Amino acid sequence: MDPLTFDLNTTPLREVNGALHAPGLAAAVTIENPAGAHNVAVGLSGETRVTVKGHVGYYAAGMNQRADVVIEGNAGTGVAENMMSGSVVVKGNASQSAGATAHGGLLVVEGDAAARCGISMKGVDIVVGGNVGHNSAFMAQAGRLVVRGDAGEGLGDSIYETRIYVRGAVASLGADCVAKEMRPEHVEELSDLLKQARFEGDDPADYTRYGSARTLYHFHASNTSSY
Amino acid sequence: MNHAQRGLRESATFDRATIAGIQRAAETGIYDIRGWGAKRSLPHFDDLLFLGASMSRYPLEGYRERCGTDVVLGDRNAKFPLHLDIPVTIAGMSFGALSGRAKEALGRGASEAGTSTTTGDGGMTPEERGQSKHLVYQYLPSRYGMNPDDLRKADAIEIVLGQGAKPGGGGMLLGQKISERVAGMRTLPVGIDQRSACRHPDWTGPDDLAIKIAEIREITDWEKPIYVKVGATRTYYDVKLAVASGADVVVVDGMQGGTAATQDVFIEHVGIPTLAAIPQAVQALQELGLHRKVQLVVSGGIRTGADVAKAMALGADAVAIGTAALIALGDNDPKYAAEYEKLGSAAGFYDDFQDGRDPAGITTQDPELAARFDPIEGGRRLANYLRVLTMEAQTIARACGKAHLQHLEPEDLVAVTIEAAAMARIPLAGTSWIPGR
Repeated sequence: MDPLTFDLNTTPLREVNGALHAPGLAAAVTIENPAGAHNVAVGLSGETRVTVKGHVGYYAAGMNQRADVVIEGNAGTGVAENMMSGSVVVKGNASQSAGATAHGGLLVVEGDAAARCGISMKGVDIVVGGNVGHNSAFMAQAGRLVVRGDAGEGLGDSIYETRIYVRGAVASLGADCVAKEMRPEHVEELSDLLKQARFEGDDPADYTRYGSARTLYHFHASNTSSY
Repeated sequence: MNHAQRGLRESATFDRATIAGIQRAAETGIYDIRGWGAKRSLPHFDDLLFLGASMSRYPLEGYRERCGTDVVLGDRNAKFPLHLDIPVTIAGMSFGALSGRAKEALGRGASEAGTSTTTGDGGMTPEERGQSKHLVYQYLPSRYGMNPDDLRKADAIEIVLGQGAKPGGGGMLLGQKISERVAGMRTLPVGIDQRSACRHPDWTGPDDLAIKIAEIREITDWEKPIYVKVGATRTYYDVKLAVASGADVVVVDGMQGGTAATQDVFIEHVGIPTLAAIPQAVQALQELGLHRKVQLVVSGGIRTGADVAKAMALGADAVAIGTAALIALGDNDPKYAAEYEKLGSAAGFYDDFQDGRDPAGITTQDPELAARFDPIEGGRRLANYLRVLTMEAQTIARACGKAHLQHLEPEDLVAVTIEAAAMARIPLAGTSWIPGR
């Protein structure tokens, strides 16, 4: 199938998203002139390749299933929120709540991600080339978050079963989040994630693993000072 | 001799329930968590009366003349608004809080009566989707089980910002109810306490919500109505902002609204009564010129057809029931009296939904207890109850001379207490006085 190109300067977003939802769409799609538009390429459910040439606003590629989306610019709040599968690559930076509540797939932010990256993540893998802001992986339930730079305050606050790998400094850990031993299986897991995200020059030994101490899994009055 | 005969006088401040509460707190070191809604006495629909027709109004013949009950929800933007036969819907209750069979029964009963059910914190179950002709899918802060396939399977989407029993609070499903199936749907380990978030993870205010609503519309190709549900607190402002954000339907849940499990102090002390919230919501919609265009669904303590009619007369387009629906299914049934006693409760008082030991098999994930509950019989009972609510409301409406439930209006009502008159903005009975006006 021939590649498709949409120009958001001339084609309304509704028309573009409607076309992307067409059953059986297999063509590679390019979206030009997004100019910070919200909700670009949301709700994709086919094995489509979408390239967005420029910056996008909120919720780009939200709830993605199976599609591979590349954003050649920066992304606003909630990029790839609630993604189920497929991949989303942000070539620039991402605003807050990148990959929020996402269940699966791979989100790569080549630059920095702001606050609450991976908040309530439920199985997605997120690899951030630079730094993440405060409260990243807050209440994160499952999946892996890799940060090649530094992490802000409250990393992994009230975390459940997500595993976090950070190469740089962590400003502070949130409640119940602790540093953990890097066993061989973690080195292997991290190497694989870095490879998938095309950051292959890193030494996994430079990373620290963080996860839940599981002391807050049951509510006890004696834990109230932790909240 | 009883207490009074013995010269013992109960304190109004430290009554026996309060004393027991202090003793329990001292014993356990933790606040009381329970289900159900507020149990304190509050100004409510019982404090309003209808002015049936006599000379100055002309009644319709009961049982003979038609009184319409249907309602359309969400026709502002959606390609496929909901057309319901009756204006009584089933409020959101989660699989997790309720057994799968209970969810199935809600679907069966609601479909038989021509109305909608609503999912809850925990995602969509095949039992409920399969049995619900009209299913509203809740989009909650926790986003447990949220996926685009289920969004598309829904008939409407309800973005939940708050709940009447606990505005500002998140859920609290205790570990004993986290079976393998519940844990799987919520992507959490089996058996641990679940703290559902109190706020959405990827938006922080009405401007963001407008974008979120647009996103959901895009994902579902503008087919489904979008509801926004708020717990009744600053209702006037919340409704205005929900509408400004793009809501097709606003759901206002008063503080008598039920819950599966939260702190007793929260249930009893946060939020405002349903009666007080409705006029605020209606005022907000009227000022926006959108009353009856953005529909208002009211919940929180609806029990009878009189409650339904009163809520609608005050300006609601429909109501939602939760606790009453559970009772209709068989919750707190006296046939389990002995078992309720063994749990330290009694039939009619049982509210420990968080424990998962419900003898009626409704608020549990225990397979043996859940198996006691017959979803077909439960569905039949719920359908009966929904019909009774509707017929009762019609009876009142006809007496007020109304050929459709939506023709009921505030001037059909008077209040019997000053408090209710002030909150509902209805004249005190026998006067034209509305406190504050």
